[in-house]
Amino acid sequence: MNETNFDINKCLQAMAAELVKITGQDALMIGIHTGGYWVAQKLHELMQLKKPLGQLNITFYRDDFSQIGLHPRVKPSNLPFDVNNREIILVDDVLHTGRTIRAALNEIFDYGRPKRVVLAVLVDRDGRELPVAADVTGKRLSLKPDEHVKLSGPEPLALEIKKAE
Amino acid sequence: MTGNNIQLDEHGRLKHFLTIEGLDRSLLLNILDNAESFSGVGDRAIKKVPILRGKTVANLFFEPSTRTRTTFELAAKRLSADILNLNISSSATKKGESLLDTLRTLEAMHCDMFVVRHANSGAAHFIAKHVAPHISVINGGDGRHAHPTQAMLDMFTIRRHKQDFRELRVAIIGDILHSRVARSEIHALSTLGVSEIRVIGPRTLIPRHVETLGVHVYHNMSEGLKEVDVIMMLRLQQERMRSALLPSASEYFQLYGLTEEKLALAKTDAIVMHPGPINRGIEIDSKVADSSQSVILQQVSHGIAVRMAVMALTMGHSDARAGDGDAD
Repeated sequence: MNETNFDINKCLQAMAAELVKITGQDALMIGIHTGGYWVAQKLHELMQLKKPLGQLNITFYRDDFSQIGLHPRVKPSNLPFDVNNREIILVDDVLHTGRTIRAALNEIFDYGRPKRVVLAVLVDRDGRELPVAADVTGKRLSLKPDEHVKLSGPEPLALEIKKAE
Repeated sequence: MTGNNIQLDEHGRLKHFLTIEGLDRSLLLNILDNAESFSGVGDRAIKKVPILRGKTVANLFFEPSTRTRTTFELAAKRLSADILNLNISSSATKKGESLLDTLRTLEAMHCDMFVVRHANSGAAHFIAKHVAPHISVINGGDGRHAHPTQAMLDMFTIRRHKQDFRELRVAIIGDILHSRVARSEIHALSTLGVSEIRVIGPRTLIPRHVETLGVHVYHNMSEGLKEVDVIMMLRLQQERMRSALLPSASEYFQLYGLTEEKLALAKTDAIVMHPGPINRGIEIDSKVADSSQSVILQQVSHGIAVRMAVMALTMGHSDARAGDGDAD
């Protein structure tokens, strides 16, 4: 299976066009550390959003903290804007179980109460464990449970499918 | 291999935080980096992260303390833990069995972490050795031995103002002999690789053989403060004035109190630190304590972030430990 050969840049352009239709250029964009932030950087530029890009690190909101602990180097979340009553585009690289998005939404709501949150992901793969769906998707992939898709970046962005050890 | 360091689990991760000794540079930097992340939580609309939700922390204070206890309490609350404050007078209780009984009682209440402040050196270590395997112990100051979270919040404060530890000359001034803060600071500074550590104080308040820790001893402020980047003042416990260690508070201030004139001997951008509570006019002049070079109040705020980091790091693998210990 070699589905990673698709053109990421084309995908991003299509996503940006779709997102502009949904939210316009006044929306606040938040990328999830690290891969989601890389994707968000591209989308932010393509959409020419007016407000600076935010970065979310969901380590403190993970549901598996008491098993896996803290990341060795946690980069702090940085939302350089007020989220209250604003349209938010939340960006991640891969939507898999949905747990990351659950954690991200919880964190965003600790900064305030947005008007709406739209989810954009570069890759939507199977394996959902929570009722989470993307509004804008770059590419849908069907993978076996032991397969992982990993984004490398930030320049250039490349996707790789790996078998878990 | 983690050797016999009780603070680390079998994977070399922090399980208890009892002393700076035996912890390597990368572990200390990891605490500081995580504290940097947690420091942003205090600026948000909701000053809480859910990382320790459902965990119970017991503040076991066998010795009175205000800022250490309250900043631990705030740190636990910002991590969404539940916290019990127990002020246990140490005078009536004998160590040993009664202390163990207290521990067993708290274990039976399903506590997950103990923060221990005790007048006896080694108390936190003793407790860590005897608690159930899923419980983490943090030393909030034990006798003259160690006060590791204070040392780490001081390191955090230094790093906020100075870029590279390896280029710094640091002076610790005052009652080194009785100070657990000084001991932990010396270990932290030397692990982080500062270029020189000086201790300055009267002969009676400098422990013998302190040079073996790699510090330079000065008895004269005007010599010791030259070219210094960081000045760490210590509290002079007034209760000890009655013993024969010091002639009088005013003479002490004359010789070792930090005044504007003495501060001018250090580098112009030197920062002044103090673990608090400060004795104005005894170890530090009011003008210096309130000057732009003083970072004393920042130390207090940083204490919350550093204690959040230490609590989160020690509790990070608690589920794995509560099971069969077969983590990863």
